Amino acid sequence: METNSTKENVKEETHRPLKVDQSFKYEVLKMPDGETLKTCFQCGTCTSSCPIARITDSYRPNQIIRMVQLGLRERMLPSKTLWLCAACFTCVDRCPQDVEVQSVLRVLKNLAVKEGYVPAVFKELGSNILETGSAYKVSELRISERKGLGLPVLPKTNTEDVKRLAEMTGFNSLIKGERKNE
Amino acid sequence: MSEKGYAMFLGCLIPYREVGYEVSARRVAKELGIDLKEMSDANCCGLPFDDLNHEMMLALAARDLCIAEAMGLNIMTLCPGCTGVLTKVNKKLKQDRALRERVNGYLKEVGMEFKGKIEVKHFAKVLIEDIGYGKLEGFVEKPFRGLKVAEHYGCHILRPQKYLEFEDPENPTFLNRLVEITGARTVNYLDKKECCGLPVVGIDEHVSLQLARNKLKHIKEAAVDAMVTICPFCHVAYDANQLRIEKVFSEFYGIPVLHYPQLLGLAMGINPNELALDKLRVKSDNVLRNLEIS
Repeated sequence: METNSTKENVKEETHRPLKVDQSFKYEVLKMPDGETLKTCFQCGTCTSSCPIARITDSYRPNQIIRMVQLGLRERMLPSKTLWLCAACFTCVDRCPQDVEVQSVLRVLKNLAVKEGYVPAVFKELGSNILETGSAYKVSELRISERKGLGLPVLPKTNTEDVKRLAEMTGFNSLIKGERKNE
Repeated sequence: MSEKGYAMFLGCLIPYREVGYEVSARRVAKELGIDLKEMSDANCCGLPFDDLNHEMMLALAARDLCIAEAMGLNIMTLCPGCTGVLTKVNKKLKQDRALRERVNGYLKEVGMEFKGKIEVKHFAKVLIEDIGYGKLEGFVEKPFRGLKVAEHYGCHILRPQKYLEFEDPENPTFLNRLVEITGARTVNYLDKKECCGLPVVGIDEHVSLQLARNKLKHIKEAAVDAMVTICPFCHVAYDANQLRIEKVFSEFYGIPVLHYPQLLGLAMGINPNELALDKLRVKSDNVLRNLEIS
C-alpha cells in the first residue's frame, strides 16, 4: 500500500483542481427528502453509527454530505462509494438534526443514474422488473417445486402496467439508455 | 384478529430463494387461523428501485397498495424490506396530498387510484397484535427445553422509527419474547441490532460478508444452538452465506439459522416435514434433537 507508485498517485490526485459546482446542492435540495441536507452540522453521528463504515474506510456518510454541500458534483456522482449504503436507517434514526442521510444518498444515486452510472447488479434488477414485475426471475424449477410444497401459484403481474409506470416515471429510459460504468 | 384475514404480500426474494420461510409461515398461519388471500397481480414492492428512480419505487409500492385496497384487506408481509417500503409509502401518500396527486397521476395510467384505506403489517406484528403473546403461548404443545437461540432483529421492521412506529429500534424486545414463547432461551451477544450487510453484496462482496461474519463470530462466542431471523435477506446473509464465509475465511461456524415460523411451528407440534427445515443450508438436526429429548 505504501509503494512509491501509490504515493505518486495520491499526490497527483490531491493536486488535481476540484471543480466546485455551486448549483449542485440546490439540485439535491429540491429532490424528495433532499432538503434535509442543509441542516447537517457535521457531528459525525451517522458515520459512527454506520455498520458499513465499521468495515470499510471508504464509506463515510458525513463526508459525502459535506462534499455535496460544497458542490463537489463530479467527485460524487461517479463514485462507487454512494452504493455502499446498506439502507439500515440507523443514521436516520440517530441524526440530531433530522437529516435523512439515507434519502440524501438515494438522491445522489438517482442523479448518478441519470448520468448513466448504474452498477451492473442494478441493471439486472431493472430488466427483471420490466420483464416480470419482480426484482428476480424465479426459475421454472422453483415454480414447479411450489406445487409439490403445497404453495399457491405465484402472482402473475400485468407487466404492461409495470412498463407503463416505468414510462411515466422515466425509469424506462434509465434502464434502456446509455450506460457508463459496469 | 382481523376477521377478514389479510392480503398476503410475498415479495420477490422469498419465492426466488427462501421458500422455507413461506412454507413455514403459511403452515403456522393456518394453524393459528390467520386467513391469507393471494395478491394475484402484485409486483415487487419497489425497494430495490428506490436507488435508481425514487418515482418508480413510489409507483410500484402504490400499485401494490391499490391491489390490496381493491381486495378490501390489510396487507401481511413476510419480508421486512417490503414491510418498510409499503408502510412508508402508505403513510406518506395518506399524509401528503401533493405527493398523492402526483402518484395517482401515474396510477391513473394503469386504471388505479390510491385511496388510503388499508394498513400494512409484518407477520411478526400480526402474531403479536392480532393473536398476542399469551394466546400464542397457548398454541405451544412441545416446548423446547434449554435450546439456546440468538435472535436477529434486522433493520427494516424497526427503522426508520417515525414510519414503522413499532418498538424502540435501539432496544427491541418483541423477537426475544416470540422466541421465549417456544420454550427456547435467548442469549445476549455483541451487536445484536447490527445490520446483516446483505444489501451491498452486489456492490462489494467483501464488505457484506465481513459484516455477517462479525455477527456469526459474536454468536458463536455466545455458544448458541441456533439463530432465528424474520427477514429473508438476513436469512441469506447468515444461512447460505455462512457457507461462503466459512470458505472465504477458512473458518467453521455450523450455526443453524431458522426462520422464526419454523421455530414456532416445531414448538406447536407441527411435523418438521411440513416446515421445510430441509431447505436450510446449515443443517438444523441439533434443534430437532432438542425437541425429541424435551
